[in-house]
Amino acid sequence: MSIATAIPSAASGRPQADPAVLRDKVAIRDLEFFYGQSKALNGITLPLYENKVTAFIGPSGCGKSTLLRVLNRMYDLYPNQRAEGQVRFDGMNIVDPGVDLNLLRARIGMVFQKPTPFPMSIYENIAFGIRLYEKLGKRELDARVEQSLRRAALWDEVKDKLNASGLGLSGGQQQRLCIARTVAVRPEVILFDEPCSALDPISTAKIEELIDELKEDYTIVIVTHNMQQAARVSDFTAFMYLGELIEFGPTDRIFTSPSDRRTQDYITGRFG
Amino acid sequence: MDAAIHNARRRRNALATAAAFCATGIGLAGLAMILIVLFWEGFSGLSLAVFTEMTPPPGSAGGLLNAIVGSILMTVIAIAIGTPVGMLAGTYMAEYGRHEKLSSVVRFINDILLSAPSIVIGLFVYEVMVVPMGHFSGIAGAVALAVIVIPVVVRTTEDMLMLVPNTLREAAASIGLPRALMIRHIAYRAARSGIITGILLAIARISGETAPLLFTALNNQFYSHNLNAPMSSLPVVIFQFALSPYEDWQKLAWTGALIVTVSVLALSIVARALTATRKAS
Repeated sequence: MSIATAIPSAASGRPQADPAVLRDKVAIRDLEFFYGQSKALNGITLPLYENKVTAFIGPSGCGKSTLLRVLNRMYDLYPNQRAEGQVRFDGMNIVDPGVDLNLLRARIGMVFQKPTPFPMSIYENIAFGIRLYEKLGKRELDARVEQSLRRAALWDEVKDKLNASGLGLSGGQQQRLCIARTVAVRPEVILFDEPCSALDPISTAKIEELIDELKEDYTIVIVTHNMQQAARVSDFTAFMYLGELIEFGPTDRIFTSPSDRRTQDYITGRFG
Repeated sequence: MDAAIHNARRRRNALATAAAFCATGIGLAGLAMILIVLFWEGFSGLSLAVFTEMTPPPGSAGGLLNAIVGSILMTVIAIAIGTPVGMLAGTYMAEYGRHEKLSSVVRFINDILLSAPSIVIGLFVYEVMVVPMGHFSGIAGAVALAVIVIPVVVRTTEDMLMLVPNTLREAAASIGLPRALMIRHIAYRAARSGIITGILLAIARISGETAPLLFTALNNQFYSHNLNAPMSSLPVVIFQFALSPYEDWQKLAWTGALIVTVSVLALSIVARALTATRKAS
C-alpha cells in the first residue's frame, strides 16, 4: 500500500485525530521480521502518534503481536528471531543491535495477554520496578506506589492489603496491577498485547476506560482481536494481513469507509 | 447407546479398578510391614543413651552419638557443596542455555549420574581423594555424598525453573529487568518451594546411602568431628551392626534405622508442606 493514502485525512470526524497536532512518537519504516527462515513481517511502514492510541487488528497469524514485540525488542529473549529495517524512537533505531534493551524497555512498557503479577506482594510488584531506576526514601516510594496504583484505578481495592500476594487478586485486578507496575517505571509508550482477552466484560470495560485516560500521558499501542474494542479505544487503526500492513488510518475512517477490500471483509466479519 | 457395549465397558472398568486397588494394597502392605517391624524393633532400643554415648564394643552398653554426629556433619557439608553447584548448573540449563546444545548434553549426562549406582560414586571418590590422601576421611565421605546430591538438585532446579511461565520472564523483561535480576528475584521466587523440595529430597536420598561411605569415610567407633579422619555414620553403623552376630549391636542397628527413617519422614513432611503453601498462594 502507499502510505500517502493511509495518512489521516482532514475529513476525519474526531477532533483528536486532527493531523495538525500529530507527532510521531515512533516511526516504523520498511520493517521486516523473521522467525528463523520464515518471514513474518514484510515491509511495514507505520507511524505511532504521540498521546494517541493505535490499534493493530487482523486475523490470527497476521503479525500484529510480532510487530508489537518488535517495539520493545521482546523477541530478543528467543533465538533465531530477528528484525530488519527502521523503528525510529527518539533518534535511535530500536532494532539496532547496540540498543540498551533494559533502558529501551523502561521507556517502552508492555502489558500482556495474561496477567503476569510477580510472585510477591502487591506493594512489591510496583516498588520492585521503581527501585530498578530510582533510589527513593520509604515515604517517596510509598507515594509512588500509591500514585501508580491510583493511575491504574486499583488503589481503592487494594490499599488495605498491600502486603498480600499479587497472585491473590482477581484476573481483572491482576491486569490492572500489571498496568500499575508498567506505569510505575514511567515509560513513554505502553504496549498492550490483547490485554482483555482473558478478562470478563466488566474488567474489560475498566481496562478500556483506563487506556483512554492513560493516553493523556502515554503513547499507546494495543493489539486486539476484538474489533469493537479497537473501535472503542483507539484513535488510529492498522489492519494487518499475512505479515503486511494493509491499511492504516484514523479508526473511524477504517471502520466506516476502509479503502481496501480486505479491510472491509475483515471488519464486516467475512473472514478472520 | 447399545446396552451390550455399555455393560462390557462397565465390566472392564470394574476389573481395572479392582486391579488398581490390589496393586495399591500390595504396595501399602509392604510399606506397612517394614514400618511396623522397624518401629517395633527400633522403639524398644530407644533411650537417652542412644544420643549421648558412642557405639559400644559387643557386649557393653552404648549409643549412636558418633554415628549421628558424623551423618549430620557429612550431610550438611554434602548439601553445602552440592546445592550451589547443582542450582547454578540447573539455572544455566533452564535460563541461559535453554536453546544451547550444551544444555542437552549436560542434561543427558546428569540423568546418567542421577541413576548411577552409588557404589560407583564411592569408588570414584576413593580413587580421587582417599588414595591420594592415603587414608579414609569424613571430607571424602561428604564429597561422595555431594556427587549424589548434585544431579538431584540440577534436575529439580531445571525442572522447576522450566515450570516458571515464559510470560513471567517477558513481564520482568518488559520493565527493563536485567536477566540476572530476573532470575534472582522472579524466577527463583516463583520456583522456590520446588527447588527447596528438591534439596530436601537430596538430603533424604543421601541420609540412607551406605555404599559410597564405605569407600570414603569408612567408620569410626569413637567420637570425631575431624574431617581429615575416618568418620562414623548411621548407615555404615547400621550395615555393620545389623550383620553382626551380637544381639545388642543388632538392637542398636534397628534404632539407628528408626532414627534415619523418622528424619527422612520429617523432611518429606516439610517438603510436602512447602509444596502445599505454593499451591495455596
